[in-house]
Amino acid sequence: MMTLAADPLVNEMGAKIAGLWPELLLVVAAFVVMIVGLSPRTALRQSTFGITFVALALAGVLAAFSPEQVTGLAVYTKIGACVIGLLLLLALAELPDELGQNLKDGEGRFDPQQTHRGEFFGFFLLSITGVMLCAGADDLIWLFLALELTSLPTYVMVSISRRSIRAPEAGVKYFFLGALAAATFLYGFALIYGATGTTYLSEIGEAIARDGLTPLATAGFVIAILGISFKIAAVPMHFYAADVYEGAATPVTAFLAFVPKAAGFLTLILILDAAGWPVFAGDGMGGDGVVAVVWILAALTMVIGNVMALLQTNIKRVLAYSSIAHSGYMMVGLLAGPGNSVNGVSAVLFYLIAYGVMNVGAFAVIGLLKRAGEEAETFDDLKGLAARRPVMAAAFAVCLLSLTGIPPLIGFWGKLYLFSASISMGYVGLTVIALMTSAVAAYYYLRMIATCYLIDPDRREQAEISTLPQRSLALTVSAGLVVLLSIGVGPLFSGADGAANGFGKAETSETAKPEQGNGAKGQSSTEKGNWDDERLTSAAGR
Amino acid sequence: MMGTSGLILTLGEAAGTAAAQLADAPGGLTARLIPLMALLCMFCGFALAMAPRENEKGVKLTALVISTLVFLISLVVAFSFDWTRPGAVQMLVEGNWVPTLGVKFSMGVDSISLWLILLTTFLMPLTILGSFGDLTGKLAGRAREFYLWLLVLEGALIAVFAAQDLILFFIGFEMTLVPLFFLIGIFGGAQRRVAAVKFFIFTLAGSVFTFAAVIYVAYFQMTRTGNWTFDIGAITKAAGAMSASEQNWVLLGLFIGFAVKVPLFPVHIWLPLAHTEAPTSGSVILAGVLLKLGTYGLLRFALPMAPEAVLEHADLIGVFAVVGIIYAALICWVQTDIKKLIAYSSVSHLGFCVLGLFALNQEGIGGSVIYMINHGLSTGALFLCVGMIYTRYHTRQMDDLSGLGKRLPVWSTFMVFFCFASVGLPGLNGFVGEFLTILGAFSSTRALGIMFAAFASLGLILGAIYILYMLGKVVMGPVKEPEKYAGKVSDLNFRECFVLTPLAVACLVLGLYPTPMLKSFEEPIDGILSTYKQIETKQAETAGEGKGGGVSMRRAERQEVSP
Repeated sequence: MMTLAADPLVNEMGAKIAGLWPELLLVVAAFVVMIVGLSPRTALRQSTFGITFVALALAGVLAAFSPEQVTGLAVYTKIGACVIGLLLLLALAELPDELGQNLKDGEGRFDPQQTHRGEFFGFFLLSITGVMLCAGADDLIWLFLALELTSLPTYVMVSISRRSIRAPEAGVKYFFLGALAAATFLYGFALIYGATGTTYLSEIGEAIARDGLTPLATAGFVIAILGISFKIAAVPMHFYAADVYEGAATPVTAFLAFVPKAAGFLTLILILDAAGWPVFAGDGMGGDGVVAVVWILAALTMVIGNVMALLQTNIKRVLAYSSIAHSGYMMVGLLAGPGNSVNGVSAVLFYLIAYGVMNVGAFAVIGLLKRAGEEAETFDDLKGLAARRPVMAAAFAVCLLSLTGIPPLIGFWGKLYLFSASISMGYVGLTVIALMTSAVAAYYYLRMIATCYLIDPDRREQAEISTLPQRSLALTVSAGLVVLLSIGVGPLFSGADGAANGFGKAETSETAKPEQGNGAKGQSSTEKGNWDDERLTSAAGR
Repeated sequence: MMGTSGLILTLGEAAGTAAAQLADAPGGLTARLIPLMALLCMFCGFALAMAPRENEKGVKLTALVISTLVFLISLVVAFSFDWTRPGAVQMLVEGNWVPTLGVKFSMGVDSISLWLILLTTFLMPLTILGSFGDLTGKLAGRAREFYLWLLVLEGALIAVFAAQDLILFFIGFEMTLVPLFFLIGIFGGAQRRVAAVKFFIFTLAGSVFTFAAVIYVAYFQMTRTGNWTFDIGAITKAAGAMSASEQNWVLLGLFIGFAVKVPLFPVHIWLPLAHTEAPTSGSVILAGVLLKLGTYGLLRFALPMAPEAVLEHADLIGVFAVVGIIYAALICWVQTDIKKLIAYSSVSHLGFCVLGLFALNQEGIGGSVIYMINHGLSTGALFLCVGMIYTRYHTRQMDDLSGLGKRLPVWSTFMVFFCFASVGLPGLNGFVGEFLTILGAFSSTRALGIMFAAFASLGLILGAIYILYMLGKVVMGPVKEPEKYAGKVSDLNFRECFVLTPLAVACLVLGLYPTPMLKSFEEPIDGILSTYKQIETKQAETAGEGKGGGVSMRRAERQEVSP
């Protein structure tokens, strides 16, 4: 008689589930929160925030003690998602909605048709679960489902986040474009399956290492990348970002700027890894098309994001376009791939966490600002913030300076990491574009700081400004983390490095490059730098 | 795999190893004084934010005490510095910061760095003392922030000059922007916001190119040794092997960032506005120390890292420098605002510094470095003098002020003295630098030549004209004051004299006996020039084989022309 445990399939399932405890915990918590949120008792409904908080913290701890077979990438991402999830939760909970109530305390009276606290936290947890699942994916179908699990709850979150009609409008826009994007990358996945005959990422990698990137596979990868550029809000799928970010309540905007983006980048890392990092395959393996696409998209994303941000008058739209620009910087690292001396993948992972931390701080302030009960959205609303709330303004300034990339803040280290990776892979031209556009970005970030510190509101404006809370926990924690991680930046570097370690090794074994002396290695990459542009033009000409 | 607990552990470990490395640093206790100075300024600066807002007196005294303390520490450093080998990096303190990329927290000084640090720490207490007069005016109610940013600025400046790691240098270089942005933006004049933003964006936009060049050079170093490091010594050593086109690009990147900072014509346009809008202390530090970051960067990085490119393009850069010297001097001539005049005169003077650097010989570079220090002293003092007039009359227009020699004799004496120092009257400090840079340009065999020296001397004459013209209007002639303040203004008080006297003494001493300082620069400059000597011997060899390149031929011709 065969016992269940002896069945190899069941064994495999068991091993897989053993690595998924954090996700399972979050899913269970999501349903608990949804059910508890329907309770007629106020106290119970208010406990949803606590349950969410504890569940996220526990999931983070569980992820830290994951079993051996979980990849470094998954562990790093899970912990990062939990930490930033907690920050986002703080931001969500303390920001009052347009009726002046915050999500944490909710309405006193039970009105089943009005309440959406429980569902909100439930969707929040499900979306974070999606990111975590993305990181652990080893199969295209799993990847697709995880991506959709990340995105679907966000459509609802956007729609129910505000009472204003703009929220459902934003939600509908987001949903339809999201569906289009999902269809696009699913089509790409289908073509990849058609080209390689398997959905397992590792087997796809083997097939491509064996046969090279066939035209069909290249088409699949390019279409998949275009589709995923929706998730990371990169050109050409960036159009929704400004409208949706503006329409959603600010804490939800902060959520949108991090969670789907993280999922998108993880997916890109995984499928580019399956494609054998086309950068390396450049010699006769047919990866030029993929490289050219990522190169052009990265350059356009940085330029369009930063230039459009410069033209906005609405702060949320500024941050929306700046979030597009930050995606562009990360794509530069993605293009570098595991690299030959600096790991671009690890730079992307580092930057993701850094961006998540500093971004929450920036959005938290904007969420707190109210004018006559409405969400405050223009630069004018920032006037005199430094005089009214010095600590808050200082924390805001720290986050913005970090986003600008002023050393020694974490944003600077992120850029240093990304750009040393791209320069060491020979993408000097792209790096210069990145640096120039980040100088453009300095202008609009600085404009916000200047408005806070250097301009006092006139009397009419002063009358309209609603009172601000004394302190903001999310902002303080976020700015504190920025400062802490900036000074003690080593551990995050080595954490990201450890997470991306697998890629570099897998790569060298896949392409079976002979180990060369260091000098020769450098030589080859400088040569590569010289044909960076040639390759691009030839690919574009095709 | 990296758990949370692991993360905390590594964090603890990193802190532990860093502390252990600091404790084991060679050179004993004095070596740790340099990072101590920088960190003391930073830490106390930010700690001032917690001071009670009302206690302005306490805040300003704290700032004064801390900056004086830092000056005393820098004196200790100067006395424990081994002046018999000024070219070596001494009192080195190292600790790993980001092992993944080989970024280190490493500070140490050679004689050039040390003199510039001394200039910073010397100017800071004086300018803080000088700003006490403003406390009733612009600074009222926000003194805390003012001194906070001044101290942070001092910390960043010390870090820049002491940095032995390129990333640490870059961190300090960029970090100076934030304090000055707030100093100009909060405490400046009517157009302060435009001035602050313009200053910040210009410098940042320039420095991104420097950043790209820095990463590229570090990457090149990595390809040669296999290890990532940003150690300045290691990178400089490796960088000379770059191909000619690589060197050109690296020079271009470094040059854009540093030229904006200097500021060199035609990217100087941010400077006059920043200076006129900045509060006095901001102007003093901006002109006195901050501008030198540009020339210091050129000297430390551009000259040794891209020698062939420098040889090729030194003439072109020299043209920019000379045009800047003359153009800015002509602009000075037509100014009606005294502060703006001094601001433009900085552009002209810094042109001499750059000219001296690219003369690529001992006289030129030595003159340029000594010019950096002298310009810091005399222009800093001039800005203080103008600030003192402004707090009295609330105007800086030459048309409103005349014959102050009769009304404010003490102030006028100081003003005339510092103007002469700035013009380069022999016997005062400005002369040494001007003479040596022009001599360097004149006698250089590697670049530049007699025409550059001739045109630069024209700038010298123009400099005398505009300064004397200004003095003649403001100090001499019939007494004329704004009506509102006529007869109510008193001469310098004891505090103000106390601020200006040390600067005057320094100007005089460095003017009469600059030899020890110049001597101490010889060795580090020789270190930089050795790269050029190697290139020349190489070229001589190839020329000897009958394959003389265009460049060496050109140099040879010039050698014949110049005596």
